[in-house]
Amino acid sequence: MATSNSRSCLQYLFHLAQDNLDFRLAEIKALLALRGKPFLPCENFKEKSPFWCLDGLAEDDVHGIMTRSVCAKSAFELWGHGRTHSELRASLLNYPSENMRVFMQKDSTYRINVYTFNKTVEFGDRIKKIDAMEYLPFEGTVNLKSPQHIFCLLEDYGTDPNNIPEHPDNIFFGRWIADGQRELIRSHSVKNRHFIGNTSMDAGLSFIMANHAKVKENDLVFDPFVGTGSLLVACSHFGAYVCGTDIDYNTIHGKGRSSRKNQKWRGPDENIRANLRQYGTEKMYLDVMVSDASKPVWREAALFDAIITDPPYGIRESTRRTGSHRDITKPAESIYVESHVPVSQAYHLSDIFSDLLNFSAHHLVMGGRLVYWLPVYRPEYCDEMVPLHPCLRLISNCEQTLSSHTSRRLITMEKIKEPEELEILAHLADPRFSPYQGHNAFREKYFSGLNKRSCKEDNTSNVNK
Amino acid sequence: MKLLTHNMLTSHVKGVTKGYPLLIKATEVKVNDVEFNPQFVSRMIPKLEWSALIQAAEELGHRQDLPEELLPEYEKNEEFLKRVHRVLLEVEVIEGCLKCPESGREFPISRGIPNMLLNEDEV
Repeated sequence: MATSNSRSCLQYLFHLAQDNLDFRLAEIKALLALRGKPFLPCENFKEKSPFWCLDGLAEDDVHGIMTRSVCAKSAFELWGHGRTHSELRASLLNYPSENMRVFMQKDSTYRINVYTFNKTVEFGDRIKKIDAMEYLPFEGTVNLKSPQHIFCLLEDYGTDPNNIPEHPDNIFFGRWIADGQRELIRSHSVKNRHFIGNTSMDAGLSFIMANHAKVKENDLVFDPFVGTGSLLVACSHFGAYVCGTDIDYNTIHGKGRSSRKNQKWRGPDENIRANLRQYGTEKMYLDVMVSDASKPVWREAALFDAIITDPPYGIRESTRRTGSHRDITKPAESIYVESHVPVSQAYHLSDIFSDLLNFSAHHLVMGGRLVYWLPVYRPEYCDEMVPLHPCLRLISNCEQTLSSHTSRRLITMEKIKEPEELEILAHLADPRFSPYQGHNAFREKYFSGLNKRSCKEDNTSNVNK
Repeated sequence: MKLLTHNMLTSHVKGVTKGYPLLIKATEVKVNDVEFNPQFVSRMIPKLEWSALIQAAEELGHRQDLPEELLPEYEKNEEFLKRVHRVLLEVEVIEGCLKCPESGREFPISRGIPNMLLNEDEV
């Protein structure tokens, strides 16, 4: 009993990658929520630190999180910690020895790693640090290549590379449990992907988005601005069935100009389905369609477990929706011709977001999540600008800075209520939407601080579209 | 286009009140092997409009002897789930069109991809 009791209140140490800092907390919280676990940080929790101690978890939970996280590098069962080596020693000697012995028995093999953050420690000094741990009752045999158990001494020298302290601020010792999914960033890199476009979402961020959306096995996930399907690639990797729509006929059919440097036209099999095939998830592919996100084609029902998307802001890709120009009165001669491209008109940002929130309120299952990017002009940003909806609860709002005055925010919302008829229009009067109402005004501001060179680049790229 | 997708689609032509289900006029249909996943099929069945699925499968000649009414306790009936799986995920319309039952508007399907865009006068 004593053993099971003490094992159930173990603490776990997570070592997080120091990039995409703002996305980490929302990712870990979402992955915990997926397992029905609360986020319980230990005292002295600092969000920007690479080391987080969490309470209230079982080893299974830690394994579950690490099979999904692209923000976490590794996780450890924490045996002791302190601000100095003597504090660490006291803490370790205080740790229930029956919990240690299971992993230190005579017939076992082990290895001790030393990891220092924000400081390089020479090999000889590493060995000294390992030797200093001899007060622990190691009885097994060292095996550097394939040990049964891996222990790790982690030293934290702060996060300021210009001011590295002599001694670490924090020291941890624990048993390694699992590594995260950082490898996915490389294996799914857009560089080696079969079919890409100008705005294909970076692999790491795509997986982060799928995690924020709590996408899980056997889910049905939809992307209304699917483009080349980067988000579908990430969601299908986590076992969700995926579908998407885009207004751009050439993108959906994989035709037209290539986005690759040395290739003029797209090849015969450059499409979203082929992308999923490349990563072994074609079985998760449902369909993609040519369709206008402002005129949804889905029947009225809670169909999707998650809606995850990168809407066009008109910054690198133009925003369009179908509609009529006043001077066009006659429909095209043959209206059912498959390749007929209807006249498209500007799609105002405020309308994109209100349509997206409304659509999500109607088509998400209860508890389902909407994850999307909101472009932000930083000098004028305040949290009140984030569009709200009475049926959707804001879960997280994480910033990715793009320049001194622009950024985009990854917004995650969860459906908490079925929409009633009155609510469909209620939010349209919401003053929150005003920053995004004049689309071109927003664009102008967004580009106002850019230097001449990048303005030129933008102009030339617009000519091509 | 798979029949699972078809089951979720409706006509959105302006003024149409009963645009569901879309009729399928297929000139090329393909059956692709897709790994059977009983959990997913069981999860989807409550979301389906069953009669629309049967009608669509019938139109394409791939009904798989599926009954007019959904079977009770289908979760435990693997044979049944396999047939639903085939209809939902393996039968694909490659060429043809979807027709709005009310307005008669046709949405072309080419290389397996429906084009649901409306023209200027239809929105």
